Amino acid sequence: MSSMNAKGRPTGTGAETGFAPHETFTGNRGLVQEEPLIFELDSPGASGVDLDEPEDFAPRLGGVARQGRIGLPGLSEPEVMRHYVRLSQKNYAIDSGLYPLGSCTMKHNPRLNEKMARLPGFGDVHPLQPQQTVQGALELIDTLAHWLKELTGMPAVAMSPKAGAHGELCGMMAIDAALRARGEEGTRKRVLVPESAHGTNPATAAQIGFTVDSIPATEDGHVDVKAFKAKLGPDVAAIMLTNPNTCGLFERDIIEIADAVHEAGGYFYCDGANFNAIAGRVRPGDLGIDAMHINLHKTFSTPHGGGGPGAGPVVFSQALAPFAPLPWIVHEKGAYRAIEHEGESTGQPFGRMTAFHGQMGMFVRALAYMLSHGADGIRQASEDAVLSANYILASLKDVMSAPYEGPCMHEALFDDSFLKGTGVETLDFAKAMIDEGYHPMTMYFPLVVHGAMLIEPTESESKDSLDLFIATLRDLAESAKRGETERFSGAPYLAPRRRLDETLAARKPILRWQHGRNEPASKAAE
Amino acid sequence: MRYLPLTTDDRAQMLAAIGAKSVDELFKDVPEAARLDGLIDLPRRQGEMEVERQLAAMAGKNIPAGQVPFFVGAGAYKHHIPATVDHLIQRSEFLTSYTPYQPEITQGTLQYLFEFQTQVSMLTGMEVANASMYDGSTACGEAVLMAHRVTKRKKAVLSGNLHPHYQDVVANLSDFGSYKLVTEPPCPKGTEGLAGEIDEETSCVVVQNPDIFGHVRDLSALAEAAHAKGALMIVVVPEIVSLGLITPPGEMGADIVVGEGQSLGNGLNFGGPYVGLFAAKQKFVRQMPGRLCGETVDAEGKRGFVLTLSTREQHIRREKATSNICTNSGLCCLAFTIHLSLLGEEGYTRLARINHANAVKLADALGAVPGVNVLNEAFFNEFTIETPKPGAEVIDALVEKGVLGGVPLSRLMPGNDEMKNLIAVASTEVNSDQDRAAYARALKEVLA
Amino acid sequence: MSDIRFTKDHEWVLVDGDTATIGISDYAQEQLGDVVFVELPDIGKTLEQGDEAAVVESVKAASEVYAPVSGEVIEVNEELEAAPGRVNEDATGEGWFVKLKLTDEDELDDLMDEAAYAKYIKELD
Repeated sequence: MSSMNAKGRPTGTGAETGFAPHETFTGNRGLVQEEPLIFELDSPGASGVDLDEPEDFAPRLGGVARQGRIGLPGLSEPEVMRHYVRLSQKNYAIDSGLYPLGSCTMKHNPRLNEKMARLPGFGDVHPLQPQQTVQGALELIDTLAHWLKELTGMPAVAMSPKAGAHGELCGMMAIDAALRARGEEGTRKRVLVPESAHGTNPATAAQIGFTVDSIPATEDGHVDVKAFKAKLGPDVAAIMLTNPNTCGLFERDIIEIADAVHEAGGYFYCDGANFNAIAGRVRPGDLGIDAMHINLHKTFSTPHGGGGPGAGPVVFSQALAPFAPLPWIVHEKGAYRAIEHEGESTGQPFGRMTAFHGQMGMFVRALAYMLSHGADGIRQASEDAVLSANYILASLKDVMSAPYEGPCMHEALFDDSFLKGTGVETLDFAKAMIDEGYHPMTMYFPLVVHGAMLIEPTESESKDSLDLFIATLRDLAESAKRGETERFSGAPYLAPRRRLDETLAARKPILRWQHGRNEPASKAAE
Repeated sequence: MRYLPLTTDDRAQMLAAIGAKSVDELFKDVPEAARLDGLIDLPRRQGEMEVERQLAAMAGKNIPAGQVPFFVGAGAYKHHIPATVDHLIQRSEFLTSYTPYQPEITQGTLQYLFEFQTQVSMLTGMEVANASMYDGSTACGEAVLMAHRVTKRKKAVLSGNLHPHYQDVVANLSDFGSYKLVTEPPCPKGTEGLAGEIDEETSCVVVQNPDIFGHVRDLSALAEAAHAKGALMIVVVPEIVSLGLITPPGEMGADIVVGEGQSLGNGLNFGGPYVGLFAAKQKFVRQMPGRLCGETVDAEGKRGFVLTLSTREQHIRREKATSNICTNSGLCCLAFTIHLSLLGEEGYTRLARINHANAVKLADALGAVPGVNVLNEAFFNEFTIETPKPGAEVIDALVEKGVLGGVPLSRLMPGNDEMKNLIAVASTEVNSDQDRAAYARALKEVLA
Repeated sequence: MSDIRFTKDHEWVLVDGDTATIGISDYAQEQLGDVVFVELPDIGKTLEQGDEAAVVESVKAASEVYAPVSGEVIEVNEELEAAPGRVNEDATGEGWFVKLKLTDEDELDDLMDEAAYAKYIKELD
């Protein structure tokens, strides 16, 4: 077997522990309601919107009028309101508590950003309106682009990628385009990626037809520079590095790495997911990178929204700038313009990543964040993020186990050595955190460490909040070592749902509601 | 700074606990050459009032769709979004929550994703749908890659009436993945001979309905032609409201349906964030990109939802993933599903009828203007007019008259002379009789 | 003592005449967790020793399965489609993946026997 990612973990519902909560008539538990699917709340003929039937007219549908019912449920507005409010009450959120997810940067999402994004001049303009009617929108994109270039010390930026992974694709496409322009596309097909890299890195490289060559880490959690240099050759297209890396450490040899890959004729792609550690204190451009995507939904506070939307603009070096994808937003002769076709550009854009211009809604939010913080606020935020992570590392390394000697950057990495012999795994430890009112940290990533626990507090936590979090983890760690396994093996006990059977979900996928279908088989029936 | 809770005292105490003298010590691994001692050359921090003032000034330089008679479409449409939608998506537990990787405390998100998937399946007439993609164009690109995987072939055939931006996105992915692409030239009259391009090397044929000129048609014959050669049919739906009135692609033989969901719940937002829809036949589910939410039970036997079939995705398969995608359109997806839940069967189908009725009225009004020719016999809420003067000039002149009349097709296809005098015109439920009258009057003046 | 042989990558092979049955070891299934899906090759496919024969997925992990010996695929375990859990329950029996028509008996000499494999996995942990 290969080891793409071969280490599984328990995905059933956990150990039987005989925990039985007080049964209620409704199944509700105080504020948490059991809420049916919207399809189960159907009042046929009802609607939460009042629309007047159009007067009689002769349709012009060319014979493709829809026949039969679609099957959508009908509800009044109050019923719809209640349904979604009840659903929302089952979600953990940044606004409710510390969200220690490493590499996700779960910082506060300012509401000013929401207000600004909803200004009609930004929210109610169409991307294909005549450009003279959207000069302010183009100005906003250009202004944000300017901030991104200054913060990173890079001369160019592609604004259109719709998410971080999309930005990675954009950056690697630009590199491929640059190689083609040099006539080297056929000979340079190998991309070097650290073992500790986020899965999107190798997935992106493979999507463009590169082969991925893994670089090992040293014992102290950094890229093994010697091993890396040994892998360089005339067939190397690029290195993809995250800095700070996924172990939460700054790659101290990064300039040496950049010089080496450039000397070998390759390019340096930097995954900017961890930019929150260094924004305002270090410019990636000074480290020798050629391209870096920036997750606006991480470093620049645009909300995670339950999984999206994100935005992943990519800054480029001079070498890659000509290949940036369309559209290019430029400022000439006092006017802003979106260049939408290659013929109008002064470079060789490699093509288009997406329809229209990019995630304008996220641009407005990110710029509001940047204007609010300013250069001084951004620097302070990064310092506080790094300070908080180190505070957690220092306060817990005696009772938990940290594989790498500090200091760390904006996130602290622990492994499961401290749980050895307790019968408690990383997974169980995390689930017990839920009962304590915390969303678990990132688990089992990076892969280079066993049972990884990656904690990123961000700069948005007060010291009191950090202290309670630390005390809670301390209590959990000590409890595990005392052999109080039940606290962990059946956790969570107090969340809206207990552990869910992911095995069943994957073996017998039910991906939609269907009229007249029975409930899924329980574990026993399977 | 209002967003930073740590005080000077806090910082001092924390440094003491760490055993560092200053925060600079924590950055010791940064090479000397790259350390910034001072601040980057950008403005300093500002309060809310100042930030509002600056951004409002920028916003004020734009003409919002709601302020003028508005008929711009071509892949993004202005619809009325009920107040409930925007209110609900701003609830903290939806807005500031993360991807539901810990399902026990994110059942809210997971349940709405499951409901969304079901709604998209119903609308498109397909067996299964995913939990959304970034937008319609990237969904289209991913659909083509999926067809290559499923058929183990490398050539896609694209309709010339597919939105040019979507064509570009597919072409870009194709180029970098070393796949082959055959693209028909655009056909403003709506009739094109795609079937002839399909052969045993073809993995898929991609066709948009309604197309970039607004034509709607029955794609069943094309689906048969594709299947006869072992190719898949991919249908692109740019305006999701159309499925309230026209036959869904699933009933025309589509194997994969992608679409832009922006019309429901999501404002124009100058092009993003939008929400990509992706639906397919059940048998292809393991080759689908993007997130999937599935139903299961918990330790107490209660129904619950989880992300599932994750082994397709980057965090597990890494370089063998079906795609590198890591996010979906979360909040936009929620807005879509809330809006559709408010509409319900009656509201959604009625909304579609209103859209079509308005477009018919507008087509008649514009067609009556001397020199203007409406190209479409069948359409939903968008059609193409031919004017005696270049479309771009006409549109600019209409701006001067306070009307945003549509998209000159020369903007999307600049090299093509056939497009020079064509304008794509959209008409939704937001247009009133006065709007239509204003447009017809202004157009007449502009062309006189 | 069974004739079962193991590879370093945790595949096993059992030969009966010129038919070789292959699967993944008990150690492998434990590492993976609950198996949810197995992607099997087409009948008639020719595999060289070391080629990718199958892919086995659990919820959180996925792994390629390499052919321990060369041969032509003559049968695949169709039961695994409805019951992938067999791989966990009985990895070296009912949880078999593929039957090959063996082409080179000598390839078995490269592989570990049961005792050698038991020693090998002990050293891994």
